[in-house]
Amino acid sequence: MKPISAVNNASPAEPVLYCGNEAIGEAAIQAGCRAYFGYPITPQNELTAYMARRMGEEGRVFIQSESELAAISMVFGASAAGARAMTSSSSPGISLKQEGISYMAGCELPAVIVNMSRGGPGLGNIGPAQADYFQSTRGGGHGDYRTPVLAGASVQELADLTFLAFDLADRYRTPVLLLGDGILGQMMEPAVISHPEPAVLPEKDWTLTGARGRPPRTVKSLFLGPGELEAHNRKLQEIYRTIAENEVRWESFRTEDADLVLVAYGITARICRETVSRLRKEGLAVGLLRPITLWPFPEEAVAGLSRKVKKFLSVEMNFGQMVEDVRLAVNGRRPVEFFGHGGGEILTGEEIMKAAREQIPR
Amino acid sequence: MKKSDAQAVYRRPESLRDVPTHYCPGCGHGTVHRLIAEVVDELGIRERTVGVAPVGCAVLAYDYFNFDVTEAAHGRPPAVATGIKRVRPDLVVFTYQGDGDLAAIGTAEIIHAANRGEKITVIFVNNGIYGMTGGQMAPTTLVGQYSATCTLGRDYEQAGPPIKVCEMLAPLDGTDYIARGALDTPAHVRALKGYVKKAFDNQVQGRRFSLVEALSPCPTYWRLSPRESLERISGEVIPHFPLGVIKDED
Repeated sequence: MKPISAVNNASPAEPVLYCGNEAIGEAAIQAGCRAYFGYPITPQNELTAYMARRMGEEGRVFIQSESELAAISMVFGASAAGARAMTSSSSPGISLKQEGISYMAGCELPAVIVNMSRGGPGLGNIGPAQADYFQSTRGGGHGDYRTPVLAGASVQELADLTFLAFDLADRYRTPVLLLGDGILGQMMEPAVISHPEPAVLPEKDWTLTGARGRPPRTVKSLFLGPGELEAHNRKLQEIYRTIAENEVRWESFRTEDADLVLVAYGITARICRETVSRLRKEGLAVGLLRPITLWPFPEEAVAGLSRKVKKFLSVEMNFGQMVEDVRLAVNGRRPVEFFGHGGGEILTGEEIMKAAREQIPR
Repeated sequence: MKKSDAQAVYRRPESLRDVPTHYCPGCGHGTVHRLIAEVVDELGIRERTVGVAPVGCAVLAYDYFNFDVTEAAHGRPPAVATGIKRVRPDLVVFTYQGDGDLAAIGTAEIIHAANRGEKITVIFVNNGIYGMTGGQMAPTTLVGQYSATCTLGRDYEQAGPPIKVCEMLAPLDGTDYIARGALDTPAHVRALKGYVKKAFDNQVQGRRFSLVEALSPCPTYWRLSPRESLERISGEVIPHFPLGVIKDED
């Protein structure tokens, strides 16, 4: 039987057609991901299938696990042993992975977790959604922690962010979430996937590799002594502050003279960008701010704009989640409105244009 | 002083740290820890052994073993061990799990690790009770045995019979070695050590999944003295969980 997708025979600089899921897989392999563990769920199955084939070709570890709980715990083990490791899933599966993500946050273990999110709650449907914003940006599992959340808006960007995700995970010893949706995972676009300059990263002097010529090491999140857990949490919070200071990423489009700024991420931002261009042709002063890191959220960028623009409109494929972060950043200086709906239905440019026009009285 | 002819024949294994443990008087974990440490020393693998501790009384095993140890979420040690062993096949990886961890919340993980034939060693300490949380019914609690959550004794109709892990896993083609021992008598402890050694040596030899179950006392939540607890293993527990090598593909 022939492999399902074509082998990448193109030269490194030549664009190749990938779906988003496959682009992430190829970038992960080039980023040195040594172990991938996954469990089938739509709409991320192309990623698991890509890894099944390519990890085998590369002589690396691929396991289709018995559950998402097991997959994330395998990632935990591979990471504890020093390997770059990844898992992927979609919303209901990501809920199950929260157990392991919380443990990895507590144990300071790096990993990359991909969520090609779909409609919820519950089994929901397999359509694209942004309903996991709260779960993604508030830690997701139990305990007081955060994970960096990277949200791309194109196949190319998903690949680029995959490289970044592995570097951030190793730099800060934290799980990193790569957030897409059913459209980004499945749509095909040309992309050039090539490893950027390798980042200078801290030495992994904490991995479990056998106590040869050194004292034994322990990976744990249990701190029972008086004050021990608080001290551990303070250390984690310090790391989160450093991440928030150094790793905020966003893109702004035509905000310099805007009265109304749309705030949107992922595929919604892609639609909003086109919407802004069309509204500009109508003579409306509209711009777009696109968070690339959802946590840390580009608070200062939004706060800065709130001193210049008249109004914000948060546009999301859900019933209003990121709008809370926009409001926190705007801090009452300007009105922040919301437009969106969810349940696996994509927003159309026409309805976003209509919602934007309503915010600007003629 | 005259030079002594005395020879040390029994000392703390290098794989066990010289620290007090938190285990209750009469608990079996100390003995099982020691057997593992002796075996790791005897096989000369201390510097390439990685343990996976469970959620439960033995979570603090990482403070007692003198080699690398990680914790795992409740029931997930076989998955964590899979992750470690697959990326570092040169390491000797074992899980240390209680009955709640392995036979209740972690049933899927143990079955699939066994069925994949993961080249890991599993030490399964079965005392028929949840110790750390205060003596609740375990999947291995005997019918009629009292616990915090079966105050009239385990009811067969309501809770089913105690699960036999070895007999459940032995038919899986991925398993190479399955044995059950007990801590009730010195002879059984010695036999158990033999099983543990075989289970570790299998992994050193590159064989597949090995599991050793140890029938272990919990005097605190059995509401018995340490001695009575050992007698209960002999008289009540072993008749339900027969001892011996259940499977050996070697």
